[in-house]
Amino acid sequence: MASAPQVSTILRARGIGRRFAGVTALDGIDADIRAGEVLAIVGENGAGKSTLLKILSGVLQPSSGSLERIDADARTHELRLRSVADAAQAGIALVHQELNLAENLDLAGAILLGREHHRFGWLDTRSMRAEAGRWLARVGLDLDPSTLCGSLPIAQRQLVEIAKALSANARILILDEPTSSLSARETERLLSMLDELRRSGVAVVYVSHHLDEVLAIADRALVLRDGRMAGTLDRSTMDRSTIERLMVGRDLPPVTVRPSLDDSSIRLAVDGLISAHRRRRPASLTVRRGEIVGLAGLVGAGRTELLEAIAGLGHASGCISLDGRPLTGTIAERVARGLAIVPEDRARHGLFTLDPVRTNISMAWLPRGAHAGLVDHAGERELVGGMITRLRLRPTDPARRVQTLSGGNQQKTILGRWLAVEPSVLLLDEPTRGVDVGARHDIHEAVRAAAAAGCAVLFASSDLEEVLLLADRILVMHDGAIAGEFLREAATDVAIMSLATGGALEGAR
Amino acid sequence: MRKHWGLLGIFLVVCIVTALYGKNFLTAYNLMNLVQRTALFSILALGVGFVIGTGGIDLSLGSVVCLVGIAVPWLLIEHGWSPWTVVPVVLAGSALIGLAHGLLVTRLRLQPFLVTLCGLLLYRGIARWMTGDQSQGFQGEFAELRSIAVGRIPLPGLETFRLPATTIPLVVLAVIAALFLARTVWGRWLLATGSNEAAARYSGIPTARLVTGAYVACSLLAGLGGMLFIFDVGSAQPSDFGNFYELYAIAAAVLGSCSLRGGSVSVIGIVLGTATLQVLRNSINLLGLGSQLEFAVIGAVLLAGVAADELVRRWHAARLERRGAG
Repeated sequence: MASAPQVSTILRARGIGRRFAGVTALDGIDADIRAGEVLAIVGENGAGKSTLLKILSGVLQPSSGSLERIDADARTHELRLRSVADAAQAGIALVHQELNLAENLDLAGAILLGREHHRFGWLDTRSMRAEAGRWLARVGLDLDPSTLCGSLPIAQRQLVEIAKALSANARILILDEPTSSLSARETERLLSMLDELRRSGVAVVYVSHHLDEVLAIADRALVLRDGRMAGTLDRSTMDRSTIERLMVGRDLPPVTVRPSLDDSSIRLAVDGLISAHRRRRPASLTVRRGEIVGLAGLVGAGRTELLEAIAGLGHASGCISLDGRPLTGTIAERVARGLAIVPEDRARHGLFTLDPVRTNISMAWLPRGAHAGLVDHAGERELVGGMITRLRLRPTDPARRVQTLSGGNQQKTILGRWLAVEPSVLLLDEPTRGVDVGARHDIHEAVRAAAAAGCAVLFASSDLEEVLLLADRILVMHDGAIAGEFLREAATDVAIMSLATGGALEGAR
Repeated sequence: MRKHWGLLGIFLVVCIVTALYGKNFLTAYNLMNLVQRTALFSILALGVGFVIGTGGIDLSLGSVVCLVGIAVPWLLIEHGWSPWTVVPVVLAGSALIGLAHGLLVTRLRLQPFLVTLCGLLLYRGIARWMTGDQSQGFQGEFAELRSIAVGRIPLPGLETFRLPATTIPLVVLAVIAALFLARTVWGRWLLATGSNEAAARYSGIPTARLVTGAYVACSLLAGLGGMLFIFDVGSAQPSDFGNFYELYAIAAAVLGSCSLRGGSVSVIGIVLGTATLQVLRNSINLLGLGSQLEFAVIGAVLLAGVAADELVRRWHAARLERRGAG
């Protein structure tokens, strides 16, 4: 870095702790935030990241410990942030996970909201637009400041938020999961913009689930676990496995070795199935007893449509058979035959979010445990308790509303609903989207265990790493059809990507 | 029960105020009347409670009450059918009406509001047309049959207060409904369908059948209610019999903590909600407020109740949020 800026600590957290109604959410956090550096804060869901961010940005006050501001002469001043306005005064700005730009304002109005230029009470639009234009250029946005915020895509709105923070003279910029709704290219642009900001002497605090982003941008990483500091890493010690180990607090055990399946019988056979995908191209595939087959492909390749067609959701034509017998009828009839589907959108299609974990898990099992239509409450308690232990669900309270669980635990809840009925065919659509590392491992192991018990597993994932990790065999979909097939040993991410983007069949079977 | 403390409070306050400032509230005659009306309206409200539990609505039940209530004396007196034919026929007819609603909602994917709004107009129109808009009554006959509704059961130790016979079908139905919702697989699935229809379908729950079943139950109970109402009053006009009954039923269910979004139904709440509305109507009368004000008072109470409920819910959610943050 030619123009490496002076790196100096400007904000220090000392032993920050926070308790909610007697429960410790955060305890003893020390951190140095330095101008010209990107500090990443990583941790599983519930590790205390949001609480720490809220304290740094004045939303919450710490129950113990203190914040210190360090001025240019290296003198320390205690900093008490009683509100977001206090934090803004101190040059700290938080860019939220959920963006909150006023949709009906133009960019100039949104960026300078609350700091409008005016003359005798009349807005000075011209000078506002000129200033807003300068801030937009600073974050690499080439947009007319009179554009309405509502018309911008999410990625650009995020940059506008950053421009707004910078225009308010922010020296410390806190970003909470900034890439959660960005594409790969937009993410890259955001990261390079942050790099520029760092060079110009801004301190960036970056919170993300995506370790590759953290590894790409962060100068240092603060790892949180259960509200405590699990470790601080700098560039020389930062690598994926170290971060993962610190986050999870246990070495993830090596994955179960999968047996060879060449001679086991075919459970699920799909022949010439035309799903609801707009291209209406037929797909054929088989899944053996105990086999895990992964469907790779880009968004819109038709994986969800294929899985839903197998489950009997939506119109489809073609033949599907389960254990040699045709699988037809409504989804309810197919579920009764031993089919299970974990949908892509868990909040909309999977969960009863206002209901407790208990009823969410027992939903599909109910008729099995019922005597003359009456729910077996004792059996239900036992089943749910067992499933919570087996899937390492946290918290372990079966009365907790599903709404309050982290993404990983919500996903475990849906998976548990199906594992409870020991399905013959398990279909999973994006089984670990938005799920942290530890929960992902648990979910993968549970799927492997189901397969080992004889279940035929077919899953779709946009995460190539997951496909390579979990699948025995990989089918690649492109534009509504199956473009090729790999055995796990023969698959590489490059070859899969090439097929998924419509490339040649090189290396595929 | 805990979520009904607020409603119980309103109920008791209205009772106490009316007893203190009104005339004749605590007379046996008035109390018997109140129990009778509460029992009859509760049967309607239980039915609509099932539909509301699935996230739907039934606006037609007042007209079903009218159609059945008019058809019973019409068939018995004008056409001379035997009660043994009439009762099964009108109940089967109401169930068929519910089946039609259910199939239109689940198969044709029409909105419940629309389907049952058309029903509201349709069944009243049929009732008026088939009777030539003439008042129908039992003309003093069929006293034995009518005793199902007008009968009074003497209670040991009470001289003047005798329990209206309609309490029996209400208690039986309420117990069945409560057991169904809390104890059976189908009840669990019905509420699951109401709280997230898509998730229920993805879980392999036969949602279409459950929703259809709820409409059948609703219309069947409306038919039963219509029969009991006409037994009670003896004669009625096709043009106004059962007017607004659907709104009393829906209002009672909402007061009783049934969410119009679906997924939560409380049998105790429905009965208590109905009782509150009936006591309110009664007290407007006894306090001399003028019966013209009836709808205005009920509207205001309902609005206040729902708003208070929402505020409590938000406050509770915010508290959970604060506690669970991190």
